[in-house]
Amino acid sequence: MRRSPFLLFDPSLDNSSSRADSEEGGMAVNNVQTESSPFYDERMGLNSNLLTGPVTFEWLSQAEDARLNGSSDAFQPFLDKAAQSAEAAMNGDHASSRFSVINEFNIWRQKPELAEAVAAIKALTCVIRRSEATTMMGLEIELKKAAETLKMWDKTSISLSAGCDLFMRYVTRTSALEYEDISAGKSRLIERGEKFGEISLKARQTIANLGQEFVYDGSLILTHGYSRVVLALLKLAASQGKRFQVVCTEGRPDNTGLEMAKELMGAKIPMMLILDAGVANMMGQIDMVLLGAEGVVESGGVINHIGTYQTALVARSMNKPVYVAAESYKFARLFPLDQMDMSPTPRIVDLAVPAQEENIKIQTSERDYTPPQYLTLLFTDLGILTPSAVSDELIQLYL
Amino acid sequence: MERRGRAVIDPKVRQVGFVTPGEGTDLINLAIPLEQGANSPSPVLIPPVRINDGASVAPAKAAPMPVPSPTSRRHPTVDVNLPLGSYNPADSVLGSSNTPSSGKAGSHGESLRSSATFIELQSETSDYPTVGSGTIAPVLITEKGPPPPLHIPPGGSSPLTPMNVQADKGKSQKVGLDEKAKEGKTKSLKERTSKAERRAAQEAQRAAKKAAEESGGSKPTKGDVGGTGASQKDSKASKGTHQKTNSAERRTSSSGKPADKGQEKEKKKDVPAPRMQFDDAERVAKAKKRSLVEQTETKNRVELFRHLPQFVHGTQLPSLESKFFQDESMHPHPAIYKVGLQYLTGDLVGGNARCVAMLMAFREMIQDYSTPPEKIFVRDLTQKINSHVSFLNTCRPLAISMGNAIKFLKTRVVNLAEELSEAEAKASLIAEIDRFIQEKILYADKEIVKHAVQKIRDGDVCLTYGSSCVVEMILLKAHEMGKKFRVVVVDSRPKLEGKRLLKRLLSEGLDCTYTYINAMSYIMQEVTRVFLGAASVLANGTVYSRVGTASVAMVAHAFSVPVMICCETYKFHERVQLDSITANELGNPDALVKVWGRRDLTDLEGWSPEDKHLQLLNLTYDATPSDYVAMVITELGMVPPSSVPVILREYRRELPG
Repeated sequence: MRRSPFLLFDPSLDNSSSRADSEEGGMAVNNVQTESSPFYDERMGLNSNLLTGPVTFEWLSQAEDARLNGSSDAFQPFLDKAAQSAEAAMNGDHASSRFSVINEFNIWRQKPELAEAVAAIKALTCVIRRSEATTMMGLEIELKKAAETLKMWDKTSISLSAGCDLFMRYVTRTSALEYEDISAGKSRLIERGEKFGEISLKARQTIANLGQEFVYDGSLILTHGYSRVVLALLKLAASQGKRFQVVCTEGRPDNTGLEMAKELMGAKIPMMLILDAGVANMMGQIDMVLLGAEGVVESGGVINHIGTYQTALVARSMNKPVYVAAESYKFARLFPLDQMDMSPTPRIVDLAVPAQEENIKIQTSERDYTPPQYLTLLFTDLGILTPSAVSDELIQLYL
Repeated sequence: MERRGRAVIDPKVRQVGFVTPGEGTDLINLAIPLEQGANSPSPVLIPPVRINDGASVAPAKAAPMPVPSPTSRRHPTVDVNLPLGSYNPADSVLGSSNTPSSGKAGSHGESLRSSATFIELQSETSDYPTVGSGTIAPVLITEKGPPPPLHIPPGGSSPLTPMNVQADKGKSQKVGLDEKAKEGKTKSLKERTSKAERRAAQEAQRAAKKAAEESGGSKPTKGDVGGTGASQKDSKASKGTHQKTNSAERRTSSSGKPADKGQEKEKKKDVPAPRMQFDDAERVAKAKKRSLVEQTETKNRVELFRHLPQFVHGTQLPSLESKFFQDESMHPHPAIYKVGLQYLTGDLVGGNARCVAMLMAFREMIQDYSTPPEKIFVRDLTQKINSHVSFLNTCRPLAISMGNAIKFLKTRVVNLAEELSEAEAKASLIAEIDRFIQEKILYADKEIVKHAVQKIRDGDVCLTYGSSCVVEMILLKAHEMGKKFRVVVVDSRPKLEGKRLLKRLLSEGLDCTYTYINAMSYIMQEVTRVFLGAASVLANGTVYSRVGTASVAMVAHAFSVPVMICCETYKFHERVQLDSITANELGNPDALVKVWGRRDLTDLEGWSPEDKHLQLLNLTYDATPSDYVAMVITELGMVPPSSVPVILREYRRELPG
């Protein structure tokens, strides 16, 4: 009897019984269904309201509005509700201080230029500020709790958990230095948290500076999805008088590519939109592929918006360089072996299937893992790295 | 890196010639392995002609190499056929001059001293008096006290920053030497002579020494001195001294002229440490004389593998027993003896098991140890350890992991605080050994299991090859956690280790498939994960493991099945290896002759090693290139094979700390 692994694990091909099996077993991929984070419960509820029929322009514009306003007003109540429920779930015993790390996090998150990881660190800094702990140990425990809350709140976000981990790492290191004086230790940590925000803004600038060297006159650059770092890089290159063109993919399912295109239009960079499925079609003319990343993992590969992997594969087969621009706080101690092995659960995607055809199986991951062998270089604020150097940095950081 | 960590240099200055081999060794051990790997231009030079008559005669004829010129006698094989990048487990473990001297410890220090005096005399009476005194002072000083780099933790020589290390070494050396020189330790410091003059003086000295010492000259050129200090298994004690002198001289010169440092550094690294080459008849004969275990050489010498130790197994017992009782000074501690016999007979297999058994034996030995009168605890103990290690090594070549463990133990011995009483020192050593076993092996295994289990999901088909205890723990743990998966145990002749694993897995109720490695390409279609153990992971990510691992990994790679290597970090080694030839272990060729369960297959029975047309090769290990490895699972987490040097760099510091 031969059981092909490929058949076995492709959810889209599974019949429902085997799927139920795998859910029972708590497979990473399907964790979402069994124990989804409050944030996503809410979000899915929101989306399912909107998506009762096929995709309409109405929906698209709504979604776009929501995206452009960051966490829009329409979205905010859900966030708050989610925050409260998570809060209640996580620290019911913590009722004494009515300060919520998640609310704090959301406040920071709404700032357009602030990445999720930085927002998390800012929120944790606030925890330190408000802390009434009298020892460094106590502070550490309190922080750990807050970080856990944050991580639980949105389990799917790699940069959020990476940011939390990073900050916690710093805290434990500092307390390892044995600050006798709690206030000195505290102020030092706060200072560090403040600095981190600046660093992260600077990181984008550093990356843009380093990366723009790779953009040359007359080049045709393919991007996929929306990335603030890539955008900064391209804008910087354009501002230096380099003449190049950008090809943006559509970026389904949430059309992040459209957003990218809009931004590029605003910056007066010539650009062209293509379908996600048209990447291979275009690749022959492309000079380089420039991608962002949600997370950079231990192997040096990246986790990013779905379609990144295929873009990198096509680029490799046509010998085009693939560059990834990512800040170092996106480095995470993860090591997925393959697409089905991503431990922070992939987000659920709604493909807007009409209600009457519900029994159609849908592939639901919203991002994929690109192995390091398909990447040429990583532009990070630590410098321009080969994929294998990521692990080096991570080991130095975490061990 | 704390290279100047020890502040006890001064009191030792007086102890001319009592440099224990262990201390000298450690420096060497630390520095050499990386040089070996990093600089070997080609790992092996394949002898062009197949010499058949060499097989039946002694190894003397086995090496069809040009006769080395007298000047290069010290490393006769270096230029000729020495596989430069190769690794002899004994080397990293054994001291330069101490190994062979098992049982001759007394004469050792003697000869060291005499040669030191010799240098002194020579400097006074030599034809180059002005120059000589300038050079000789530092030489003697380095001879006397253990030079600062002796106390470098193994973390000192990081593979990635050899230059810094060297520079540091040079610097610290310089400081130490200058200070001591000012103390007026030897003759007054005359006007500094020029580089050229000093060099000339050194050359002359060396030449004079060569003439005086019949035992062997060194190469005249500086670059060739690189092998200095190397842990040459069978070099005689006097040779060891000689080497040290050379290294001292070299250091002197490098400290004397900082401008030349870069150049010096390069030269230093030029020639990696020579190691025992078993196709070198002369040395093999010497080593044999000294060895406790009687080693009958196989007549069956396979082309390309002549440099490896090749002995007939299983016949040593009687002679070993007779020797054991005949010479008091020679026999090892009973615990060590027992472990050695277990290695010899093959009762004790598996990297971790062997290593733990060895450490426990050493623990017992240290417990029973008492310093003989007029000896110094640290030095005598180091010597004892060395001779025991060489005994174990003749029983079965030590694995790389065991080499690391011994290196650890010896570093601890050398680093013992001087004010400790003997009992305290022993207690602390025993505690260290226990800690090593606990932390680096047992706890590490637990961590590895924790990491690796995450990678097994429901519905997986996990393949493993041979029998690795960590992999077994992983599979059992995953089963215990209620994961539903299937195991494919791949096995190979002649050891068929997988059968035991299979039995244990079945008794726990796992679903297993058992197959031979021949069926790999078929069975791989249904496999989703490959878990393999390793004897060692080398700095270039090469996995050194039981023979057959490479084929499994390659087939898995061809089917895009991720290959995960489960290996504790204490097994990592900073050597680089590209093939399975340069360092390996030869198994018993007779194991290939009999086919288990097939009495009718008698074609090879009664084969004669004298047969020129038949060579049986039973390799023990092979090297898997890192391309085929998806990840290495260590107690520090899951890392890509490209991160092995990072771990080596970051964590070696920890070892001696």
